[in-house]
Amino acid sequence: MNEVLIYSLLSLALIGTVLAVILFFVAQKFKVIEDPRIDLVDEVLPKANCGGCGYPGCRNFAEVSVSSADQKQSLEGLNCPVGGNDVMKQLASILGLEVAEQEPMIAVVRCNGSKANSPAKIQYDGPASCAFAHNLYAGEGGCQFGCLGLGDCVAACDFDAIHMNPETGLPVVNDKCVACGACVKACPRGIIELRNRNKKDRRIYVCCVNKEKGGPAKKNCSVACIGCSKCFQVCPYEAITMADNLAYIEYEKCKLCRKCVEVCPTNAIHELNFPPRKPKAETVADPAGDAPVIAEPKPRPARKPATESNDTQA
Amino acid sequence: MTFTMGGVHPEENKFSEHAAIVTLPLPKQAIIPLGQNLGAPPKPLVKKGDEVKTGQLIAKGEAFISANLHSPVAGKVARLDESVDSSGYRRMAIHIDVTGDEWDENIDTSPDVVREITLGKQEIIQRIKDCGIVGLGGATFPTHVKLMIPDGKKAEFLIINGVECEPYLTSDHRLMLEKGEEMLIGIKILMKALEVDTAIIGIENNKPDAIKHLNELCIRYQGIRVQPLKVKYPQGGEKQLIKATVNREVPSGKLPLEVGCVVSNVGTAFAVYEAVQKNKPLVERVVTVTGKSVRKPSNFLVRIGTPVAELIQAAEGLPENTGKVINGGPMMGKALTTIDVPVTKGSSGILVMNKEESNRQRQNPCVRCSKCTEVCPMGLEPYLLAKLAKLALYEKAEKEMVMDCIECGSCQFTCPSQLPLLDFLRLGKQRVGHLIRTRK
Repeated sequence: MNEVLIYSLLSLALIGTVLAVILFFVAQKFKVIEDPRIDLVDEVLPKANCGGCGYPGCRNFAEVSVSSADQKQSLEGLNCPVGGNDVMKQLASILGLEVAEQEPMIAVVRCNGSKANSPAKIQYDGPASCAFAHNLYAGEGGCQFGCLGLGDCVAACDFDAIHMNPETGLPVVNDKCVACGACVKACPRGIIELRNRNKKDRRIYVCCVNKEKGGPAKKNCSVACIGCSKCFQVCPYEAITMADNLAYIEYEKCKLCRKCVEVCPTNAIHELNFPPRKPKAETVADPAGDAPVIAEPKPRPARKPATESNDTQA
Repeated sequence: MTFTMGGVHPEENKFSEHAAIVTLPLPKQAIIPLGQNLGAPPKPLVKKGDEVKTGQLIAKGEAFISANLHSPVAGKVARLDESVDSSGYRRMAIHIDVTGDEWDENIDTSPDVVREITLGKQEIIQRIKDCGIVGLGGATFPTHVKLMIPDGKKAEFLIINGVECEPYLTSDHRLMLEKGEEMLIGIKILMKALEVDTAIIGIENNKPDAIKHLNELCIRYQGIRVQPLKVKYPQGGEKQLIKATVNREVPSGKLPLEVGCVVSNVGTAFAVYEAVQKNKPLVERVVTVTGKSVRKPSNFLVRIGTPVAELIQAAEGLPENTGKVINGGPMMGKALTTIDVPVTKGSSGILVMNKEESNRQRQNPCVRCSKCTEVCPMGLEPYLLAKLAKLALYEKAEKEMVMDCIECGSCQFTCPSQLPLLDFLRLGKQRVGHLIRTRK
């Protein structure tokens, strides 16, 4: 009985030792030497694995950053939108480089075709997938460019940052948005866009992507951009471009003067997080503190000082 | 005889099968969308204010897969503008204000049957191309392209699709009964163009009168025979019909010509007769207007461009409890977003569904009963493909042969959990198709 025990223990020990020796040499032979900085960089990354940087995951982004630092001595074109500038600075210091500050971005839903603004003419009964519905038909309200309201963007978001508003039937982006761009890719109609956050989260954008002529656009939706070019003409900074009956505000050029918001006949241009507008005479008087301007009957040129003071803040 | 793999048997509901074809009056304004055929839409030749005659060429198909478009009415071009199509998207269309029905002088509008085929092979194909004939079964594939057999290939059989396996629809059935003779001449013309000796007309057993009628006529037309088939959906699918009639299987991703067959619809055969023998372009077609609550289910001979609303009016109006109006049959048709859209070359029927029928039932989770796999006529696994499309795993879906799906809807019809299988299969097909195109 004892013999059996001893022999089995011995043979097992022998097999184990032989295999361990083989494994040791194999491990030596096939050792992968990895840059230790990859681990360090990976450590500071947010581990969201969202793909917002354009690479499959945080680890891959770390590898790309290190190789870019080695080859090009720069981190140009690399940015982690989730971590933001803090993470990028840490990353750069690990690699002994400098990074330019990136402006924080946020996803913006450019459609206001809510149930009230673009009333449903037909009822959709199919599966809750924007990708499918986009192939199938134009939309309940009839606008072939507008939001289908089935929530592909919500499903795509890893950060709990976009939700459907049941009242309007439109998605709403909240403050958790890290601008990873998942919803931008998920939207089959290209309604969502990443725009810069600006100071105090102030944003001005054309809340419509309808490229139809004014008549048909307005027929389906009361707040559609009709391509009248009024905003284009009033913009002092040439930030607005007109293409295919649609105005677009380039956020790099926009100085947040809000003139376009006022002239838009369909209220298609939205302003976000601005203080409420004061009555016209007061707007003129207060921020500028300029007495003679009060008497000025025309509000527009008089608003200029106020705008400029905004600019200097930003 | 029938095809072997899969298939279902939905309620037939052929209410309008005894209603003779009625010619509808001309509409006040005809809307002719440019993209009525599979492939590239034709280029318009007319501009605002032009006077056109019935049968005049108004848009020319320049691409290889494209079809000419002719004015279905005589009148004045009101505008060339975007117009809402059946899906709600705006597409280019020619709007013509109708003033009358003066036909182009080269067209023979007499009712006489011209039996003698005088044109040669190439002339026939050219005439079919000029007249803008497309497959009238629903896919609207330009017929002249089908007739141009590439070098090295040989057609043995011409298979004529008189199956009409979609429930409710009866336009092909009525056409076979009322225009049988002309149709057989059309088949003879197609046989001459394809240089084949045998043509088989596949008809399901639920149309015994059509089988009898065509059998009697076939005696005088050598090489054409009628093949009665067991009633089973989707027998009207090209690949299923080939399997049912000549027992050959088309390989995955290949055309029927691979097994020596060319398939054409009975409506197309009639259109070919009119084009070749009478020089009459495709400006009208037979459309069934039907549904459980429709007061007078009918078959209408209408001009292309007539609004669907006028057809429904002619069938004694839209019933009050209408939930959905479908362009096509209940299995493959698509719901219309508005009934102001025009009849196109591909419209075979207008199905009005009442509220109870039209709403989807509550969906339950997949219970893995494998019924969808059993009924799939292409031998696919719809539950898996739908899931892959839902999860956006398009490469995997491609490996699982999603592109072989013929969108017959048997899976969704049979699913005990009422899952939207076909919907996701369509999404998968569209995305995978896009993937394949971008890869090239």
